[in-house]
Amino acid sequence: MSGARRVAVLKGGRSLERSVSLRSGAQVQDGLARLGHDVLAIDVGPQLVEQLLEHAPDVAFVALHGRHGEDGTVQGLLDAIGLPYTGSGPAACMRSTDKLLAKHLMLEAGIPTPPFCALSEQAIRELGASAALPALERDLGFPLVVKPASGGSALGVKFARTSDELPGAMVGAFSYDPTVLAERYVNGRDLAVSVLDASAGAGEERSAEASALPIVEAVPRREDFYDYESRYEIGMTTFVCPAELSAEATTRAQDLALQVYRLLGCHGVARVDLMLEHDSEELWVLETNVVPGMTETSLLPQAADAAGIGFDELLERILDSAFTR
Amino acid sequence: MEPGTSGSGGGRRTRQTAHELARYEALFAERTRGMKSSAMREMMALTARADVISLAGGLPDTSTFPPALYAGLMADVAGDSTARALQYGPTEGMAATIDCIVEVMAAEDTLIDPAEVLVTTGGQQVIDLVCKTLIDPGDVIVAEAPTYPGAVPTFSAYQAEVEQIELDADGMPIDALESTLDRLQAQGRRPKFIYTIPNFQNPGGVTMSLARRRRLVEVARERELLVLEDNPYGLLRYEGEPLPTLHALDAAAVGRGGASDLVIYLGTFSKILAPGLRLGWAVAPRPVLEKLNLGKQGADLCSSPVTQMFVAAYFNAGGGRAQMGWREYVDTLKDLYRRRRDVMLEALDEHFGESASWTRPDGGLFIWATLDRRIDTTDLLALARKSEGVAFVPGRAAYVDGRSGGSSMRLNFAGVPDDDIREGIRRIGRAVRAQVGLLGSLSGGPLPPASAQGAGEPAEEADAPLADVLALPRRDRSGTARRRRDR
Repeated sequence: MSGARRVAVLKGGRSLERSVSLRSGAQVQDGLARLGHDVLAIDVGPQLVEQLLEHAPDVAFVALHGRHGEDGTVQGLLDAIGLPYTGSGPAACMRSTDKLLAKHLMLEAGIPTPPFCALSEQAIRELGASAALPALERDLGFPLVVKPASGGSALGVKFARTSDELPGAMVGAFSYDPTVLAERYVNGRDLAVSVLDASAGAGEERSAEASALPIVEAVPRREDFYDYESRYEIGMTTFVCPAELSAEATTRAQDLALQVYRLLGCHGVARVDLMLEHDSEELWVLETNVVPGMTETSLLPQAADAAGIGFDELLERILDSAFTR
Repeated sequence: MEPGTSGSGGGRRTRQTAHELARYEALFAERTRGMKSSAMREMMALTARADVISLAGGLPDTSTFPPALYAGLMADVAGDSTARALQYGPTEGMAATIDCIVEVMAAEDTLIDPAEVLVTTGGQQVIDLVCKTLIDPGDVIVAEAPTYPGAVPTFSAYQAEVEQIELDADGMPIDALESTLDRLQAQGRRPKFIYTIPNFQNPGGVTMSLARRRRLVEVARERELLVLEDNPYGLLRYEGEPLPTLHALDAAAVGRGGASDLVIYLGTFSKILAPGLRLGWAVAPRPVLEKLNLGKQGADLCSSPVTQMFVAAYFNAGGGRAQMGWREYVDTLKDLYRRRRDVMLEALDEHFGESASWTRPDGGLFIWATLDRRIDTTDLLALARKSEGVAFVPGRAAYVDGRSGGSSMRLNFAGVPDDDIREGIRRIGRAVRAQVGLLGSLSGGPLPPASAQGAGEPAEEADAPLADVLALPRRDRSGTARRRRDR
């Protein structure tokens, strides 16, 4: 780390996760200022590139969630103007944000992910994909979790307990993305494994080495598995960190998270969400977030804290990732 | 905080806040748990954009107020009484403003004693003060379903348990209210008050029939319950004969010349004049009024004397100086809103499919539309906002559980120009058709009828002579809405 920098904190934007992003961004700004950096906060909009060119910061801290910020769009732009930035590059962002692609990659690599089927609006319209629904139902069984193929917001994530509920759940999910996934519901414990790079070496030789942080378990306050929205609301979920797991399960989950992180080509930091199935004790990887939340109740800061990495140190490590690509 | 709520086995280390930055969480009062920001509300925040036609607001159209009149009245206030306007005022409100309130209520045949009035900072403050005065955590409020979305966070903040009674075309069915009250009684729970918007309900658009008004007052009396009568739109009636307020019905029943002893009446200048004034009022039985007054002292000492004096000056100008009196202004609003309502009804007929139904309000600001039950209007809003550039309030906002009303939406016609109403409804219609088409191809069969939510069959108790007053879509036996407008 080479002293104070001019850091542009990119936050907000017009995604459905705007308000979370604004909160993440505010925490990041405060922390970077405490660390002595010169902070420029940018609520991302049509003037983004202009603002970046005008203020010419040394580095961009990406605190954007959802569309543009997490799908590689902003990262591609930053590459184009030659501005270093935190976290994963465009390819890893695309692979992670596109849940369908991520799941196929995981299947190929032998990483367990719940059985699923994808349906696009186009395939329904042009290829008569609806006729595949009975086969899909037969293969996957109920209940099913139906979700938009991209996006990390709880909006659009639905349960379908029966065949009757499936069309409505799918149409709901289609409101957020032209492709939706129907995934076998895993009844189990919600685990999140954050992966953080540490830089090794010095100068031009610096490289990043990823390690998994302690696992966070999200315990719903109400035993209401069918309401995703309330599960994502602050106060509706209690977080336990480190999660109370056997040493074996902990290692397995952390290893899986690292495998996924490398498979998708993530850089700097990411959070991998898994389920530990009650009956089988199997671990299933659900998805990967390349820009994990940095709010006061977010999982990554909790996990870092449990590893003895304070918030400011966490920020410094993530900032460092801009220079170890 | 509740350490150990996860509770599965000893020794489990529960950390609700892991980082020092989370210290606020530990300081928050238990009640803030109820003050949640839902994903739906966050999405609605995104609809405030120039290129989005928003039918989501609860807005009157303030562009109709003559700027010269506003300037003249403010100059009068400044010229006559700058010092008083800039000073604190009495908590109960200024006498000249209370006189205006008495006049507005008399226009709805509701005669009151000025000493029973508390001037508040908008009608919203009345809801807050009533909860502050009456509600302990866990106390029950009985409200309509759907109910005013703006009351939901207030009820939640006071940790009230809310029982919602599904509306039909004649407002809150009192038999359903009574069975709810019986059930609560059997459970040893006594509601503190019944919250109702009898006229052109927000968001339902329906009006409580005279028979039900009478019965509601009787039931409240029999069971010694308070009623919070929220009446922001009563004077904005576009057709049909006005119905008496609950306050007036109760006062007549008591026969004490104006004093109702079970109705807390909520009024506001927001819809008949301007919401920017932030002026409303409560009329309440004396013992309740005293507590509301104490609550207001703690909240904001008094409502703004500047705007109170503006209202007094406006009412006193009384159409003099070749200017519009308050009644004439209300008349211009009524003409404008009636036309906009008709524009919206026409657009709904044209663009919403057969699987949709909607209310046909005789007044107020809102229409409540209900779609195919498999369509979730929160998701539809996400689609409509993104692909069509149009916004509305998803029905869930009007339900305390945040889940019911999922297939309905509230549409505001009053604050939106005609062309935007037509275009907005056309766009929503297009999004609905896209979803219905998708549903059709996913289920590969005919669509089931819309749900029975919203404007259902009114109960048999409705007065026969009132049939013509209630110009709302009724349901035939198959459950689909019949449109009154023939096309």
